This record gives sequence, C-alpha cells and structure tokens, in this order.
Amino acid sequence: MPIDTQRAVDEAAAPDRGVADLAAVWLALAAIPDPEIPVVSIVDLGIVRAVAREGAGVVVRVTPTYSGCPATELIFGAIRDSLAAIGLPDARVEVQLAPAWTTDWIAADGKRRLREYGIAPPGSAIPGVAAIDVRGISPLRAAGVVVPCPRCGSTRTRLTAQFGSTACKALYRCDECLEPFDYFKPH
Amino acid sequence: MKDTDRFEFLLRFGDSALVLAQRLSEWVGKGPIVEEDIALTNVGLDLVGQARMWLSCAGEVEGRGRDEDALAFRRDAHEFRNALLVEQPNGGYADTMARQFLFDHWHLLALKAMEGSRDERVAAIAAKSAKEVAYHVERSTDWVIRLGDGTDVSHERMQDAIDGLWMFAGELLLPDAVDDAAARAGIGPDLAALASPWREAVGAALAEATIAVPADDWAQRGGRQGRHTEHLGHLLAELQFLQRAYPGAQW
Repeated sequence: MPIDTQRAVDEAAAPDRGVADLAAVWLALAAIPDPEIPVVSIVDLGIVRAVAREGAGVVVRVTPTYSGCPATELIFGAIRDSLAAIGLPDARVEVQLAPAWTTDWIAADGKRRLREYGIAPPGSAIPGVAAIDVRGISPLRAAGVVVPCPRCGSTRTRLTAQFGSTACKALYRCDECLEPFDYFKPH
Repeated sequence: MKDTDRFEFLLRFGDSALVLAQRLSEWVGKGPIVEEDIALTNVGLDLVGQARMWLSCAGEVEGRGRDEDALAFRRDAHEFRNALLVEQPNGGYADTMARQFLFDHWHLLALKAMEGSRDERVAAIAAKSAKEVAYHVERSTDWVIRLGDGTDVSHERMQDAIDGLWMFAGELLLPDAVDDAAARAGIGPDLAALASPWREAVGAALAEATIAVPADDWAQRGGRQGRHTEHLGHLLAELQFLQRAYPGAQW
C-alpha cells in the first residue's frame, strides 16, 4: 500500500485505536512557555520542527536556539511532562540540528507579543538614519542599524551591549523615553 | 577517513571550544563592567554548547562508550587537542580580547568551510555554530579596534597582547596528517586555504586599530597534537576537580 494511503487509513482510524491525536499534541506544545521569555511559547519560537506518531506514542523533533542555551534541557522536560499529562507518557524528544534555528521561524504573532512584552523583535531594525555615520570612523562597522524602542517607538536608541540577559538578546537604551530594552537579535 | 583520525579531528574542535569557554568563565563576576561580564559569559556559553556537540560526536565515533562528560572531565592534558592559543591565560582585558579576536576570525572561517562537509553531522554542527561565532567575531573585533585606537595606555596594552599571542595563532593554519585526511575526505576544512582570508581579515582590523602586525611569523605548534603549554594543566585542575574528586557525581 502506498505510504500516503496508509497514513490516510491510520488517521481515519486513529480515534478508535487509541493512537495519539497529533492536533492535541500541537495544542499541548503551544501551551508551553519559553522558560526565559514566557510571553512566547516554544511553538511561537519555531523550535518545534515536527511531531510524528511512533508506535502508540509520539516523537517531537526540536531544534534548539543557541548551542549553549541553558533552557534547552528544561524545555525537553516540559515537553515530556505536558505530553504525559494528555496521556502520552512515552513521548520522545529528539534533537534536530539541521537546518539551524533562525529567528525567521518566530511566528508573526510571537513577534507581536515580544514587542508588547518590551522586547524589540528580530527584524524590527531599520536601515541606519543615525546622526553620526560610523562608516567614516570605522569601515568595518556597518552604518548603524536602528532598532526602534518597543515602548515608545522612538528611533533615538543606542546599543549598550551586544549580549543581554540571554544569548539571544542585545541590550539597548532609548534616549527618548530613557528606558532600557532588549533586542531579540536576528539569527 | 579512518575513525581514529575522525575522532582526533572532532576533538580538536570540541577541545578548543571547551578550553576557551573555561577561560572566559574565569571572568564571571570579575568583568570590568556588568555588560562585559555578561557578554563574556554568553560567548563562553555558546562555546560550551558547541563543545558538547563536537565531543558527543567524537565519543560516538570513538565507540568506547565515552560521552561528552567523560571526554571533558576525565582526560589528562596530553589527551587534549585544543589549540595552544585558547589555553593562554586571560591576562588583562586587552589580552583576553586579542586572544578571542585571533581565534574568532579563524573559527568562523573554519566553520563556514565545514558547512559543506560531506559528514552531515559535522555540517550541521558547523552551520549552527557559525551563526553564533559571527557575533563573537563582531564583538572581539570591535574591542581590538576600540582599545588599539584608544588611549596611549590601551593602545600599548593591545599591541603587547597581539605581540605576545601571535606565536600561538599560527598553529591554527598549519595542517598535519589528521587535517589533511579530513580535508581529503571532504569532511574538514583545508587549513592552508584559510591562511590568506584570515590574514586579510585580521590585518584589516589591526590596521584600523593602529596595531602593527608582528613581523615574526614563527609559530609554536603542538596543542592540536597534545603537546601543551604549562597553562592547560592548571586550567583542567579547576575544570575537572569535581569529577576527579567525586567520580560520577551528579546534580
């Protein structure tokens, strides 16, 4: 039997045979917050790459964000716990390295929530309109891109540090509303 | 490529990342300002993550049941295959940044070259790491320029740092039989081919930093073959203490 046909049969028969309901799995995963930025879920972040049936259980394929991200182990544990809670105690989490995670995988809705939370989302930087063109001083440094303040929208902001409270964020400061803020770096 | 060579090849990347991460972690709580403290820690964290991927892979290739932890915590200095450059002491901030700068530029070139590796796992680890190292390069280059083209004092310190570390950087570009085997198999980078882009990138940044490129290109080698400077043993004593004192301890 061709694989597609087999899958169709499996899915049609699923409710009767006690096979994992993949939609329910995705729903459960979408409720798991990122431990460091709880306003987005692990699904919003785009790190859940695939969910597939495996025997009576499921396997969840996850692509970690940064190699050294300390939240990774915690996230794997949270996935197993929340799937156990919907009757899938044997769910397996598998690391998928390639293709490497990119901030392009963060859903539009996730980006909106990041901004509301006070984090300038990746891709919000705009071409430099900086008062000082740094290219004249330093040809190696790109003419400063500007990251608008997620609170007041001002473009009068500056980089304080290339790394913030987590590897994925840079530290900025707004000269208009004087608030510091994080920028989720494009990756 | 023989598995023994492949194991050596993977250790070199894993050990350099691990040892440099350990050096950077020595700055935790002592950075000149809090932002720098955090940045150094984050760079170190990226490198620990990369070391774990390389060493896990190495352990599997070796096939003797050693995992990333066994390789990191239960090998002696002569079994480490990191470059001599990364085990050099932190010194002052200029020394730490100069060491990072010389390594980062090589690291990025090597990783980029491996993105097309015939070994899919090597290609995946390299592609993931390269994205992180691109930020490391930007940061260390920025500091070399700021300090080099800064005050008289900062300039002198950066020049001294580059002069002192230069003899340890050349090793990164000198292939041996293992590197040649990896390059021939299409798994690892052709190190000799990285020399010219490395010199170009490092030279351009040093010129902007008003730092003179050292005239003497003599290179001390041996780290990647297991012959280290006296500093590595001390570093490992700290890194490995817990697992040596309490083998198998978990938390």
